[in-house]
Parts: sequence; C-alpha cells; structure tokens
Amino acid sequence: MKFPRIRAIAKKELIQIRRDPLSLAMAFLMPVMLLFIFGYAITLDVNNLKTVVCDLDKSMLSRELAAQFGKSDYFTIIDRVHSYGEIDGYLDRGEALVAISIPRDFSENIKRGRPAELQVIVDGSDSNTATIALGYISAVTGLFSEKIAVRQSPPLIETRVRVWFNEELESRNYIIPGLIAVIMSVIAALLTSLTVAREWERGTMEQLISTPVKTQEFILGKLMPYFLIGFIDMLISVLLAVFLFDVPMKGSLFLLAGLSSLFLFGGLSLGMLISIVAKSQLVASQIAMVATFLPAFLLSGFMYAIPNMPKPLQVITYAIPARYFVSILKDIFLKGNALHMLLFETSLLGLFALVVFAIANKKFKKRIE
Amino acid sequence: MNENNIAVKVEGLTRTFGDFTAVERISFSVSRGEIYGFLGPNGAGKSTTIKMLCGLLLPTGGNGTVGGFDIVKESEKIKKTIGYMSQKFSLYDDLSVEENITFFSGMYGVTGKNKKERKEWVLEMSGLKDKRAVITKTLPGGIKQRLALGCALLHEPPVIFLDEPTSGVDPVSRRNFWSLIYEMAKGGTTVFVTTHYMDEAEHCDRLALIYRGKIIAEGTPTELKVQYMSRYVLEIETDRTFEALEVLNRSGFETALFGSLLHAVVDDTKTAVPEIEKELEKADIKVIRIDKIMPSLEDVFVTLIESA
Repeated sequence: MKFPRIRAIAKKELIQIRRDPLSLAMAFLMPVMLLFIFGYAITLDVNNLKTVVCDLDKSMLSRELAAQFGKSDYFTIIDRVHSYGEIDGYLDRGEALVAISIPRDFSENIKRGRPAELQVIVDGSDSNTATIALGYISAVTGLFSEKIAVRQSPPLIETRVRVWFNEELESRNYIIPGLIAVIMSVIAALLTSLTVAREWERGTMEQLISTPVKTQEFILGKLMPYFLIGFIDMLISVLLAVFLFDVPMKGSLFLLAGLSSLFLFGGLSLGMLISIVAKSQLVASQIAMVATFLPAFLLSGFMYAIPNMPKPLQVITYAIPARYFVSILKDIFLKGNALHMLLFETSLLGLFALVVFAIANKKFKKRIE
Repeated sequence: MNENNIAVKVEGLTRTFGDFTAVERISFSVSRGEIYGFLGPNGAGKSTTIKMLCGLLLPTGGNGTVGGFDIVKESEKIKKTIGYMSQKFSLYDDLSVEENITFFSGMYGVTGKNKKERKEWVLEMSGLKDKRAVITKTLPGGIKQRLALGCALLHEPPVIFLDEPTSGVDPVSRRNFWSLIYEMAKGGTTVFVTTHYMDEAEHCDRLALIYRGKIIAEGTPTELKVQYMSRYVLEIETDRTFEALEVLNRSGFETALFGSLLHAVVDDTKTAVPEIEKELEKADIKVIRIDKIMPSLEDVFVTLIESA
C-alpha cells in the first residue's frame, strides 16, 4: 500500500466535492435540518393534557384535589361535568385525554381515615402519552395525600425521589444525544453511497481500474474526504445540542471525538460497500437511506428500549452500530462516562467498522463484470 | 518469432455474455514495437478483446499473456506495464487538465522529478501548455482524446492499448493522432489499436480483421490485399461516367462510382475486360482506359465478409 496513491485519490475526491456546491451544501445542512426537525418534533414530555373533572363529592377536599391538577403544567382542565355519564362524550370526541371522577364519599372516607378512591380514565389510544399521564396523575395524587396526611397525623414514610443523570427529567436531554447517533448513521452512509457508483456511471472507473491502484488504496483514499465532512457534521451536531438544545455535556470532548471517528469509519465504510455493490447512484442512495435510517431509528434503543423488544429483535440490534453509538453518546453527554466504562460499545463499534471495511475491500473488483 | 520479442500473445481467447459470444476463439501475437490493428465494424468484439487484454474483463475461455504476464492470473501486474485508453472519454470531466494529469501520475506511481517532466510532456503533446487550468469538460473532442492518451502514457508503458482512439474526432486531429502513434512505435512501444476506419488500418504494421467475434484474416495491409482478394478490381475511365455505370450495372457487372471513375469487381480480368469494352461500345461510350488496380482494404473486407 502506497500513501502517495491514497493521497492522490483523496485529493481528487476533495476537488470534485468542492466543485459540486449543491452536494457540499447538502452535506453540511443535512445534520442541521434533521436535528431541527426531529429535535423539535420528538419530545416525549407531555404537557397540557386536556382533562375533564367530574366532582360528585363537591366538598372542600375534592375541590382542593381538582385545583391541584389544574395548577400543574401537565394538566389543563377544560371542563367540569356533574354526572359520570357525561365523561364518555369528551373522551369519544377526543376533546379530553384524561377524566378524573371524584366519588360522592371521597371527603367522608378521608375524614374517617378510610382509603378514599379516585377514578381516573385515560385515553389509551396513544399508549405512550397515556403511560406518562398515569405517572403524572399518581404524582399529583401522591402529593395531595401527603399534604392531607401531614394535616392529620405525622407521616409514616416520607418519600423523596431523586433522579440521576438527567435531574430535570428533560426528555430532550436524552433524546438529542440519541438523535445525533441516528442522524450520523444516515449521513455517514449517504455521504459515501454515491462515490463509487458515480465513477461507474460516468465511465471514469474503466480508466481507474486499468491503473495499478490497489483496492485498499482506492477505498481509503475515497473515505478520507468524507471522513472530514462527517467529522464536521458531528461537530455541528454537538454544538447545536449544547448551545441550542441546552443538553449538558459532562464527558470528555476528546473521547467523544475519538469514538465518533470510530463510528464514522464504520458508517462511511457501509456507504462505500453499498456504493460498490449497487453500481448506480440512485439505487445506492436509496439503499443507504433504508439500511441506516429505519434500524437506527427503531432498533438502536433510541425510540424503544432494547430490553423490551422480542428476543429475536434484540439479537438483531447487536448488528446495528447506531445501538452502540446511541448509548455512547448518551453516556458521554449525560453521565460523563470514561472510556473504560464504554469498552463493550467501543469494541463492537470497532468490530463493525473492520468487518464492513473488509467486505467493501473484498467486494470491490478491479474488473468489469 | 523470438519469445522475448512478443508483447502480446493470445490463444483461443473467448468471451461470452449469456448466450451471446462476443469473442470466439481468437489467436494472434504481437511483436514488440509493432503497431497492431484490430479492424472491424461496431460490435465485432474489438472492445471486448482489448478489455480482456488489459485485465479488465475475464475471458470465458482460452488464455493469453501481455508483457509476459497471464491475463487471468496476473492482471494486476499487467496493469503496471500497460497504458489503456478506452473508447469513451474516461478522464474526470470536472477536473482541470493539470488535475487530471496529477491524479493519473499518482495512480501510475510516477513520482519526484519524473512527475514534473512527464506532466510537461503530456501538456506539450496534447497542446494544452497554456490551458492547464481549464476544466476538461470544456475541451473539444480531439484535444480530450490527446489528453486521455497522454494520461495513459504518463508511466511510459511498453505496451499501449487504444480502443477506437479517433472515433468522433475530426480528420485533422485524426492525422495528428496517428503521427503520435507512429512516434510511440518508433520509440519501441508496442501499440495495439482498434478501429473501424479503413484508412486508419492502412497505417498499421499488421492487421487482424475481426467480424462477429472471429478473426477472419490477418497480415500486413499489403498481404491482406494480395492474399485474401480472390476477385479483381478494374478501374474504368470513360467519356460519360454516369451512362457507363448504368450500362455496366444493367449488363450484370458489380460496378460502383469512384470519383469520376468506375470500379468494377470481376472474377477474371481476361474475359471481363473485352466484355466491358464491348458493352460500352454498343452504347456509344468511349473507353479511355481500363486498368487492373490494387484493391483497398475496404474491398478486401467486403469480399471476406461476403464469403464468411
């Protein structure tokens, strides 16, 4: 392997990229656009849940409980009804997602020290929101019962909850690092997906493969300029995460840069492999999109927790590099983990990169089929 | 022929694409420093052959060597010793003249002082000395071809393969291109060139006529004309050319207009000449002269294809 040859290819590729301002702009705007679209669209925080209250008790305590819900940012009381039957209509029409029904004997039970029941109905058609809503409801009622318990007798157990790693429980804090991993998976593969196919389509490959250039020299030389672009994209994403989305950055930037490079190497090699096999720019870019976006989005643990997936699907996630990068980014951003805590992810990311690079080398033939 | 003196040698070389046989059991050899031409119509198998020789395409049968290296097993060694110029322009359109040259000297491993010298040589031979920063896309076809040839010669390969180097190039550029090829050959370079221009084929030291994947004749241009032409060509000059053409064609002679003269292809000159004279006399056309002439390669080719 000769370095001057790798450099010659990298240089030529860089000149070609520079002469194509549209693709260059795309390469740098893509992470910004995707981060904006997904960063603002996917937010798992649930606010202003439309709530209807049916207070049959009409006591001071029941009004206090209803007010407790109304005061929190999570619930917005849109109406009060006076019979149980009226609740159905609100939920059926989708006007309310939550209905709180306070039974007639509510205050009576509390005064007598008996367990007081509260009926809550939640629209489960969006199960994610419903689960979060239920969490809020028990938080509000818990707070309420604590308050009245203090009034009545000294509390037996006082619970103090502290959340680690994401104290404000901002969903954005863990969504954005994961999102960067997903976006970079797509960008890395897309960047290189055209580069080999373009040479076949334009006929320049025929001249190139008639020279003594070696396959590794060709692939490494082609990877270099895209690595540079990918690294800049990564930098843009991290800057946006920290300064626009206010995600705390607790870990080492050097570690982040190092592991991102490892991830990029694998991602870019995957795009290269696709480009080598597809031989057509259109087909290659589409394969690159499908092969990275869906797995990175759905199977990386970014959207759905991997332990909750069916076993066969869990096995598949091991082959998806975004899986490791999602957890690496979350850990570096939120926990400030050092390399020795990320050894598993790092080694599998490295393994993926090496395997894909080796396959790309094997698949590239200096011959016309 | 001395083995050491052979630049290219193939035996029974075959390439099929599915049911279609592009090249069928061809055999030939090319000596060092020779200009060897592959003449044939489009689709005859010329490009397929050249790609197999350059190690770009695997043959489905037969074997061959280029510069002593096996075309199947040692194709990467072959690539170090050859220069290849494909039929389609295959330099980078979006790179400048100089960037293309620099890139290909990198690919061929031309380094150091030599690199600069060779670059200047290419710029000189392609006439692009003051156009080095021009984007290749904007150059005219003939100049592009010269640049492509220059880039394929950067590493001074002993064997060069040119696939229809002059297709789509104007006549003046074509002539210039051929004087370059002569120069190469004079310097000891072996030139393997394909063409479908008959006049270009005359420039070659030796020729193979290829038709439907098979070599139908081989030899020097003169040998081909003498050996393979079973029929004779008569050149006829009369005082009324067009009427004479009509008369001869009507009486069954294969006659064609050739400038202000007529060419008639006949089986036997001894009987044909008096017959032609008689027919023209009957029509009151004055015969100025009838000569037996050397057939052109085109005549040879047409005759061979008709009998193939």
